[in-house]
Amino acid sequence: MTEILHGLVAPFADIASNPSFFAEVLIGGIAAGLMYSLVALGFVLIFKASGVFNFAQGVMVLFAALTLVGLIERGAPVALALLLTVGVMVLLAFAIERVVLRPLVNQEHIILFMATIGLNFFLEGFGEMLWGANVKRLDVGIPDTSFKIGNVLVNRLELTAALTAAVIVTVLAVFFQKTSIGRALRAVADDHEAALSLGIPLKTIWTVVWSVAGLVAIVAGIMWGAKSGVQFSLSLIALKALPVLILGGFTSVPGAIAGGLIIGVCEKIAEVYWGPLVGGAIENWFAYVLALAFLLFRPQGLFGERIIERV
Amino acid sequence: MNDAGPLLEVEGVSVRFGALMALHQVSLRIERGEILAIIGPNGAGKTTLLNVISGFYHPWEGRIRFAGRDRTRLKPPDVAELGIARTFQNVALFKGMSVLDNIMTGRLLKMRGNVVLDALWWGPAQRQELAHRAAVERIIDFLEIQAIRKTPAGKLPYGLQKRVELARALAAEPQLLLLDEPMAGMNVEEKEDMCRFILDVNGELGTTIALIEHDMGVVMDISDRVVVLDYGRKIADGTPDQVRKDQAVLDAYLGVAHD
Repeated sequence: MTEILHGLVAPFADIASNPSFFAEVLIGGIAAGLMYSLVALGFVLIFKASGVFNFAQGVMVLFAALTLVGLIERGAPVALALLLTVGVMVLLAFAIERVVLRPLVNQEHIILFMATIGLNFFLEGFGEMLWGANVKRLDVGIPDTSFKIGNVLVNRLELTAALTAAVIVTVLAVFFQKTSIGRALRAVADDHEAALSLGIPLKTIWTVVWSVAGLVAIVAGIMWGAKSGVQFSLSLIALKALPVLILGGFTSVPGAIAGGLIIGVCEKIAEVYWGPLVGGAIENWFAYVLALAFLLFRPQGLFGERIIERV
Repeated sequence: MNDAGPLLEVEGVSVRFGALMALHQVSLRIERGEILAIIGPNGAGKTTLLNVISGFYHPWEGRIRFAGRDRTRLKPPDVAELGIARTFQNVALFKGMSVLDNIMTGRLLKMRGNVVLDALWWGPAQRQELAHRAAVERIIDFLEIQAIRKTPAGKLPYGLQKRVELARALAAEPQLLLLDEPMAGMNVEEKEDMCRFILDVNGELGTTIALIEHDMGVVMDISDRVVVLDYGRKIADGTPDQVRKDQAVLDAYLGVAHD
């Protein structure tokens, strides 16, 4: 008993005794967290505007990264490849609106959800057909090396990813809260019929929001691809976005960020300091335990819209 | 635009859902500046008629003309653009958004947005937003909902939600306002308020109004003309006094054998 207690408490002493190592763990956690946030953001955008939980978001990340790498491999300069990838993702948004969403207007959410599962498998197969299934290296020109700030090691790539994520999030938050298109997006999210009766064209809104989600997928794809190579498992990071969404709330852009940071930081700290207590590998499941706890006590998430129901 | 004839003409419109004829060759006109009530027993096709006019359903046969122009097959956003606004039977507000934001969405059609300028809150975007805010504030004053401006719509009591929905429809400055049971579920006091607002909208803003209502007292008090539907057919059309004495209407409401 005392051993277990000692095991639980001792890590605090470790943290106190080596603060610069703790800072490194913290920074690693924040960087990982922001990457989760980027993926979660794609979910939130689409969920906010169309009430659809887009199962294919992870595959969109993969597809974007595959397209980018594929184009670069075929000799396109990086800037051109990026531009073309943006074009492809916008085109994809148009196609999804036309082929998947428009025929399903006013259907139950579960049906739209099923449609995105179909989309998931289609994109996965289509991506591999176009660009092949082998692991590819994505070089964005930022070395995966570290430099020192004081006593703390910081990774250049992680730092860049973090800054990019921060910029994107700010832009999106302003877009949703301050622009009339943002207001229209929130209106559509809340009630399709009412939005239609006010003259808000659903198809434009959906195309916009899926395009934006596509752009976010490109950024996430680049960041994750540069870190761990472009391969099928990239689409599985979508699963890591789920606990982030539960923490942050499905409808909140700031929530996706905060949720990502909390999960990233908590799982790194848990892994490094408390992992040895149970033989390690906490990192893989810790996020889900955290999410479960949130489901019990705050189901709408940290920043999600209050669940208001009149009885 | 043709300023002479009626604002809206429905000509021989039928709507069917499978084997069910929800509307059967219904014809009616909505004159400029009037308050028209559409009444009838449950399932008579009143809401269906409203949905056809606002473009949510399309007629199986027949035509709809707005200000003299045919618009039978337009979709809801296009109908809104013509200047027709509506409310819904089961309040359809954006529940998570504030009352102010809800009403502002009513002005989306009037906004010519530039995303970048909007976001920077700069130049023409700022002037535009302020102009729209001013218009919305006038409506808020008009409907006496100043105190709940910042409240999330979903938290309001039902009667107020109905009033906010009316405000949102008015924000679009419609020529024709369609109200689906604006007083359903309200207490006497709320009903009186709503009546007053409807009369004011009609009198002061000159908006043409078509409304569905079950409360006969209200209908007879505020409407210029009454159309009665029963089993998807129009059975009467006239002033409240004429309709009150109409035998077909009495039969429909008091019940005789339909064969």
